[in-house]
Amino acid sequence: MSGVNALWQAILVLVGGGAVGFLYKGLDRKLAARLQGRIGPPLRQPVLDVVKLLSKENIVPGTAVPWLFRAAPFLALVAATTALLYLPVGSLRPVLSGYGDLVLLLYLLAVPALAMALGGFASGSPYAVVGAQREIVMMMSYEFPLAIAAVGIAWRLATLGLSPAFSLATIAANPLWGLVGPLGWIGLLFLFVALLAVTPAELSKIPFDIPEAETEIAGGLLVEYSGANLALFYLADVIKTVVIAALVVALFIPYGIAAPLGVDGVGGQVLDLAFFLVKLFGVIFVAVTVVRVAFARLKVDQVARFYLLPTTLLALAGLFLLVLDKVVMGA
Amino acid sequence: MREKVKPEEMAEANERAPACSTCFEVPIGPIHPALKEGIRFTFWIEGERIRKVDIRPGFMHRGIEFMGTKRNLIQVLYLAERICGICSISHPLAIVQAVEQAAGIEVPPRAQYIRVIIGELERIHSHLLWAGVAAHELGFDTLLHYVWKVREPVLDLLEDLTGNRINYAIPIYGGVRRDVPPEKYPVLKNALRYYRSLVDDFVNFFLRDPSIEARTRGVGVLTREEADSLCAVGPTARASGLRKDVRQDWPYFAYPDLGVRAITPEDMGLEVQGDVYDRIVVRLLEVVQSIEIIERCLEEMPDGEIIAFPKVAALLAHLKKAEGEGIGRHEAPRGEVIHYIRLQADEEAPVVWKVKAPTYSNLMPWYPMFRDQEIADIPIVAASIDPCICCMERVQIVRGGREETLWKEQLLELSWAKTRRIVRGLGPSHVTRRASRGGADERR
Repeated sequence: MSGVNALWQAILVLVGGGAVGFLYKGLDRKLAARLQGRIGPPLRQPVLDVVKLLSKENIVPGTAVPWLFRAAPFLALVAATTALLYLPVGSLRPVLSGYGDLVLLLYLLAVPALAMALGGFASGSPYAVVGAQREIVMMMSYEFPLAIAAVGIAWRLATLGLSPAFSLATIAANPLWGLVGPLGWIGLLFLFVALLAVTPAELSKIPFDIPEAETEIAGGLLVEYSGANLALFYLADVIKTVVIAALVVALFIPYGIAAPLGVDGVGGQVLDLAFFLVKLFGVIFVAVTVVRVAFARLKVDQVARFYLLPTTLLALAGLFLLVLDKVVMGA
Repeated sequence: MREKVKPEEMAEANERAPACSTCFEVPIGPIHPALKEGIRFTFWIEGERIRKVDIRPGFMHRGIEFMGTKRNLIQVLYLAERICGICSISHPLAIVQAVEQAAGIEVPPRAQYIRVIIGELERIHSHLLWAGVAAHELGFDTLLHYVWKVREPVLDLLEDLTGNRINYAIPIYGGVRRDVPPEKYPVLKNALRYYRSLVDDFVNFFLRDPSIEARTRGVGVLTREEADSLCAVGPTARASGLRKDVRQDWPYFAYPDLGVRAITPEDMGLEVQGDVYDRIVVRLLEVVQSIEIIERCLEEMPDGEIIAFPKVAALLAHLKKAEGEGIGRHEAPRGEVIHYIRLQADEEAPVVWKVKAPTYSNLMPWYPMFRDQEIADIPIVAASIDPCICCMERVQIVRGGREETLWKEQLLELSWAKTRRIVRGLGPSHVTRRASRGGADERR
């Protein structure tokens, strides 16, 4: 792959990812509103929000650590967009495939949250500090089941002799559901549910929006952010939503429809891309929109307990079943 | 002479709180998304736990009592209606009782029933409003939108009966200004049937929802003893197991005939825990109770006059001649509201008008409720007494452009001075007027 070609692809993925992110953000808000019996904002509202934020004054509070306060939104956005380049889009290989794998992606996913916590600590507001502490506690709780789900899949692929097992291209090209026995199938289902449960927390959405908790700590981490800096965090959130959904799709539902329908060439790729977008939407709708409409906000100890006990146990059970499956299947 | 409380003594009072070296201070308010009106909480937080709280009201004082003493009693009635936007009939209902007592006015029985009907409809809409706010404080906006949507029919009904969604302008000294004619009974009964049919939904959405239970069970506990000794009123007291309700203890209007009984969680077969969950239970049961009361009113309401003085001029003339004092109490949706009024012959305006809104009595119970709770509990615990800060604010002392706080000793001094003045026959008006005007000093 030539350098120029890769550059073009990267730009295409970033712009496309951003556009899709805005579209899904708008859809999420609209559908949540309809589920709540409201009319909701127009689809382009997220774009309008960012445009407006960019035109607003960018205030750095006097008690903040200025360079860290300004750096945090950039860090979040850069990490989120970089993660976008490691994800397979439809039947296309990730732009940066070969330069990093699933483990790198997990780290990249953790960076925006860490950046937000840093920005919170740096902003010198008690609300932001409380929010940052909550973000860190929440991360420590949900990272474990997330890692189990990712590693479980890669390990099973490796036992099947596929390599590089940790490459997302390999994972997306070889859906595990068809390669494992019934035990592994149940295990995969467990891991899938665990990953879906982690999704709203990754995105700080109700019931896990405790780092921002509008009615409690007035926006928490983001309380001191305004103007362009807030817009950057908003963008990072928009893109991270796509990244998480794409990760769920790549790990668990990487199927295309072009091959079963017998369409190939460019037409097939377009068809797969469209199907991919539908799958993304499905994941976002189920794991974010419906969940945030159906629950009240939990407290930090309840969030930690939820991830450390039931979710982790579920993920561990899934991993255990995959191991059993390997023993039974013998391959 | 009056002694100033020294700063050292204040510091000493602060030190009485449990020492906490790792605490940091989190101010909530006067402007904060968890609060609908201005009041300031200062929390000392250790980790996520509240170790100490200080509550400072005084941001919303509007001097309504003072304005009242400059207007004639009919105008005062309209002012009273505007003390609170949510319980906008509770204050008029209390002040008409006070004035009727002071001026010796008899009220026709039908008017008493109509007052009860409007008052109970207000309780329904107020409790629904509260349920929505509580859901929002818990981060459950879906429930907020649902509850506020089903609250609309009762507001429409009130508009149909009185002409307004809020500020109904129905009670007047000696009766009510508008009848509820028999043609309206079907509309009323339809609305009541609608709310009856919703009760099961409410029980499911609020009381059987695991995420709401997780956020409200064992949160903001007020024990029965604390509720009693801190004089909590309304649903806050009843949720702690205190059967305390003006409608039951000192029945007025048509309530003696209706036999209202104060509601506690025990009525739903639950053990009283005095937490936020119990406060939801009590308010839910009170909506059902209000529906029953209105249904009985419609059955038992006698025909006849609705007002003692059909002409306002005649009423004003009667009130101008009246001399004496009266106390009106009404069980507002948030608890007992009390109006005290003192009339003097040949004075159109009341000499003294004193208002005590229910939130005033429910401020102190906040202290035990907040004890050892988490930051995440602050909004729901604060909202659980259904605070009405504007209605509660009674005084704000500003001297020379600077705010001042009166401490317990100074307040005691002031109340002794007031008692002395009353004994000498000068009346307590001095203090009321001076305090509202902004000088609480005792110059005469």
